[in-house]
Amino acid sequence: MNAHHFRSGTATKVPFGQRIRDWWNGLSRFHQWAIIIPVVVLVYLMPFLNFFPITTEPGTDFELALFNTARIVLIAIGLNVVVGQAGLLDLGYVGFFAIGAYVAALMTSRDSALYAEYPWLLVVVVGIAVTMVSGVIIGTPTLRLRGDYLAIVTLGFGEIVRLLADNIPALRGNVGFRNLERPPGEWSDGTRIFTQGDGIPWYWLTVTAIIAVLILVGNLERSRVGRAWVAIREDEDAAEIMGVPTFRFKVWAFVIGAAIGGLSGVLYAGQLGFVNNARFDVVTSVLFLAAVILGGSGNKVGVILGAIVIAYTPERFQVVSEYRYLIFGLALIVLMIFRPQGLLGARQRLLARGRQAYKRLVGKPEPVSTESPMKDAGKRTGV
Amino acid sequence: MTTTSGSTPETRHHHHDRDETDQPGGLVGEVARMSAEERAEHEAEVADVVAPDRDIEVEVGETLLEMRDVTLSFGGLVALDSVSFSIRRGEILGLIGPNGAGKTTCFNAMTGVYRPSSGAVLLEGRPLGKLKKSQITRRGIARTFQNIRLFDEMTALENVVVGTDARHRTGVLGALLRLPRHHREEREGVERAMALLEFVGIADRAADKAKNLPYGYQRRLEIARALATEPKLLCLDEPAAGFNPAEKEELMGLIRRIRDDGYTVLLIDHDMKLVMGVTDRLVVLEFGKKIADGRPAEVREDPAVIAAYLGVPDDDVA
Repeated sequence: MNAHHFRSGTATKVPFGQRIRDWWNGLSRFHQWAIIIPVVVLVYLMPFLNFFPITTEPGTDFELALFNTARIVLIAIGLNVVVGQAGLLDLGYVGFFAIGAYVAALMTSRDSALYAEYPWLLVVVVGIAVTMVSGVIIGTPTLRLRGDYLAIVTLGFGEIVRLLADNIPALRGNVGFRNLERPPGEWSDGTRIFTQGDGIPWYWLTVTAIIAVLILVGNLERSRVGRAWVAIREDEDAAEIMGVPTFRFKVWAFVIGAAIGGLSGVLYAGQLGFVNNARFDVVTSVLFLAAVILGGSGNKVGVILGAIVIAYTPERFQVVSEYRYLIFGLALIVLMIFRPQGLLGARQRLLARGRQAYKRLVGKPEPVSTESPMKDAGKRTGV
Repeated sequence: MTTTSGSTPETRHHHHDRDETDQPGGLVGEVARMSAEERAEHEAEVADVVAPDRDIEVEVGETLLEMRDVTLSFGGLVALDSVSFSIRRGEILGLIGPNGAGKTTCFNAMTGVYRPSSGAVLLEGRPLGKLKKSQITRRGIARTFQNIRLFDEMTALENVVVGTDARHRTGVLGALLRLPRHHREEREGVERAMALLEFVGIADRAADKAKNLPYGYQRRLEIARALATEPKLLCLDEPAAGFNPAEKEELMGLIRRIRDDGYTVLLIDHDMKLVMGVTDRLVVLEFGKKIADGRPAEVREDPAVIAAYLGVPDDDVA
């Protein structure tokens, strides 16, 4: 039953990214950890690499720039669950970010009627819980729509959240909430660890959150849930017919994405110590999305890269900051022409026990070739 | 049809083509090097994993699925007009008819893609009613598609594991925290998926993305994915479309083996040789109506069927 007509017979050049990936996959678990651990340590030590050409000073405080970059990375990872893995185009993601920030404000600012001396960790938990619930509320009616229609409705959702902040008196519009509570803890000399001015603790906290989220999202990816998401992204009708409860898993994608966005919002509000209705506009949503698309929707490493590009370069280069929308817009256009899959193409591991299985079946630990010489030949429309 | 795994001469040839220096590794290579007895034994093992709960004991004849006066109309167009037939457990039923006769519509009515305007579809005596498509799959009807619809960016193995997930119950929390059920289901799903890939004979390309597979492999991958949902009834929508005679022959063997493993098969195809050769019984549709139902040999002689396929001279109609 083999079809012979597609053989090209010519060996194609292996792309650079593919070679890196093959090299990485060829390493044993031990060797992979031997590389990952130093990289993680290096990431934690970033604030001390405050010198040319890495530093963003004198323009921006380097430590705060790092925190802001990490915050966008966290958001991109969350948005990637929705857009990259489940394939649901969400233009209102900033809404979840805003909800997280507002929960923190309402609970910990003395300007709020709901203020009490809550433990900060509780604020994080409540912030995540509220955004998850809002994810269900938004997802349930809208996720019956697909593609462009879904995008437009989510765009509306983002705006609704912002307009609520504008118009509900209790949310204080442009005046906003001041003096938000920060995480507890003091240095040995009695000063607070978490302050507005010092970016390092915030950066470390966010990086830790990113690592935890990456592990949890990775667990989801290599499970029935992650497979359901990718199946929905690839062909929603076929997925449903193969027994995937598509609607339920789409809502879950929304909820997980929302939770991560909410977490990021809580961290942001805490560091800034101030929340008002600015900065939660559509353009911010689009910027988040740009990070995901630029880096490679559906690829965790890719979206981290994309977020770093989107968040770090404007801090580093003044000229990028001034023309950021022009530059990112052009970059996206160019990318869509030459590399529509983003800097790194979609890449997912969907089996918790895939390594062993592939090894047994084909003698290699990982799926081979993403790019194959017979790329399109296999696809023929049925009669 | 003698071999079950990706160890047919052509496949081996393939493998060499792809990488001159590399012998087929892993299980595939192992199977290729096995002796005949070893291979038979291995195949029996594979079959056991493929269909763990198969009920071969059940006599052919008990009704598995019943189409009861199913009518389906789109606006003014009546696609199915009061169609009734039943599929019995353990048989291979062919559904044939000229283009536009309503075969695929019939499939869609069974799998919940369309809801009958009137009439009912009953699986094991229970009406499918308003069940969602995914629920119908879990009740035991699986299908393949006329125009292949695989999950392109997933590997062949992952595609099949999605099918096995129809029987899994790990939820978000279970996956997030990697609870014991998640581990158990992952192991079981991958085991079964690997066995199924071997069963349909494409295990050598398990790690390739579905979009990179050759056409014949994609068709067989669809069958493996559908079988992975542990269906009681497997519906194949033109599985031989675009196949050459040798490939069709091999497919017939595969369909028979699927039935022998305890599945019931509903087959749509245009190719009369294939349909006549492999089915136990035929239902013939024309313009949304059933015009014949019987053994292939009887149906072949049926004047109405001959008229439907060959056309009737105008004077005869008058």
